[in-house]
Amino acid sequence: MPLIDRHPVLSFKHGRKVEFTFDGKKMQGFEGEPIAMALHSEGVRIYRETPEMKRPRGFFCAIGKCSSCFMLVDDVPNVRTCVTPLREGMRVCTQRGKGAVLPMEGEQ
Amino acid sequence: MNEKHSEIQEAEILVIGGGAAGLSAAAEAASAGAGVLVLESDLHLGGQLVKQTHKFFGSKDEYAGTRGFLIAGKLLEELSAYPDKVKTMTNTAAMGYYKNDGVVTAMRGEEEYFKLKPKRIVMATGAQERLIAFPNNDLPGVYGAGAVQTLMNVYGVSPGDRVLMVGAGNIGLIVSYQLIQAGVSVVGILEAMPNIGGYWVHAAKIRRLGVPILLRHTIRAALGSETVQGALVESLATGERFQLDCDIICMAVGLTPTAEMLWQAGCAMKYIPELCGHVPVRNKRQRTTHEDFWIAGDAAGIEEASAAMIEGRVAGLDAAASLGYSVDENRFDVFAERLNSLRRGDTAAKIRSGLEKVVAA
Repeated sequence: MPLIDRHPVLSFKHGRKVEFTFDGKKMQGFEGEPIAMALHSEGVRIYRETPEMKRPRGFFCAIGKCSSCFMLVDDVPNVRTCVTPLREGMRVCTQRGKGAVLPMEGEQ
Repeated sequence: MNEKHSEIQEAEILVIGGGAAGLSAAAEAASAGAGVLVLESDLHLGGQLVKQTHKFFGSKDEYAGTRGFLIAGKLLEELSAYPDKVKTMTNTAAMGYYKNDGVVTAMRGEEEYFKLKPKRIVMATGAQERLIAFPNNDLPGVYGAGAVQTLMNVYGVSPGDRVLMVGAGNIGLIVSYQLIQAGVSVVGILEAMPNIGGYWVHAAKIRRLGVPILLRHTIRAALGSETVQGALVESLATGERFQLDCDIICMAVGLTPTAEMLWQAGCAMKYIPELCGHVPVRNKRQRTTHEDFWIAGDAAGIEEASAAMIEGRVAGLDAAASLGYSVDENRFDVFAERLNSLRRGDTAAKIRSGLEKVVAA
């Protein structure tokens, strides 16, 4: 999905372009902008699969309230990608199921 | 010590929400001399104002004639006059209130938690989008109107190719126009009611651009298996059903106030249909039945940004006054008059009737 390049009222100031991965695939987005926006501009609409019905979900509210855009980011599950800033090298993955909390260091 | 669980932070006035109401409350409280901390869950301040490309109505005092996103800048500029008084934190959400000791828990980012102990709290937490029930309403591509605005007006990302708008209230009409500004095609606007809910001036702009507004029509299903590929639409007048080709279904079917923390605080709450949900009982200065809590903006009842800004000012000023800061009492009368003038006329009849049920004399 393309970025909007011409607008009668708004001008968009984007930050630095950085690379990240989505399910192992290389993508680009603007540093500091929400992960969900970067994915959407790369044409990604499906962000997770629901735990029981296995239904695809994308984003809905984009203000961090509805939980629809939860993803696995750098191994952390349930990240609200609509309000989490993109950083260089982030590993973003489709979340399947509820997501598990990683064991603390030293724990098994 | 684990730095993800830091010490309790003190604050004189905690403003929860950095949108139209919250920024106004902060500016007013700071101008009276109070220390203010503003928490904003999004990555930037300004709330929904930053997504609005149209010029506001109302009065000059609330920036009538100025485009919404520029108003956010004006409020931030006003706040910048009080660098020693106002602190703001973005990407930070208030999570809960503990009635026994007055502690507020908050989360910065996804993993950093901390506690706050404010003396006073202004809730300016806004609203959340409603969704209506239909098969496949969870399919990627069914987006809230606010989400579509965020994509295209804040981050410059085109939401899709062909959008079906559901709802012809002001938000549905304005976002349709914004989509066209962004170069996206709007295949139609559905409205279950027999008339357009939003202002005529917005509807006229849309109609001039050739977008059909289908009154007495509703959505019966989103079509597609992985993402939205169309919509099944029904005429409520004839029962006729037909399909529309679209890749985005934009839901503009209303908002509901979000002030969950007030339940935790034990504030008296009432369900007020005219204000679109549960809202706190309060006095004319926006103070709730819990003496440490004020309410302002859409969290107090769905209205519009101009009213939210004035309510914010009233709440911020009164919260500062309650801490012993000297304030000019005349300002309350000025604000009350501005609110009255915004709420005159037929379009505001619903708001007036809702407020009558929830504002104590």
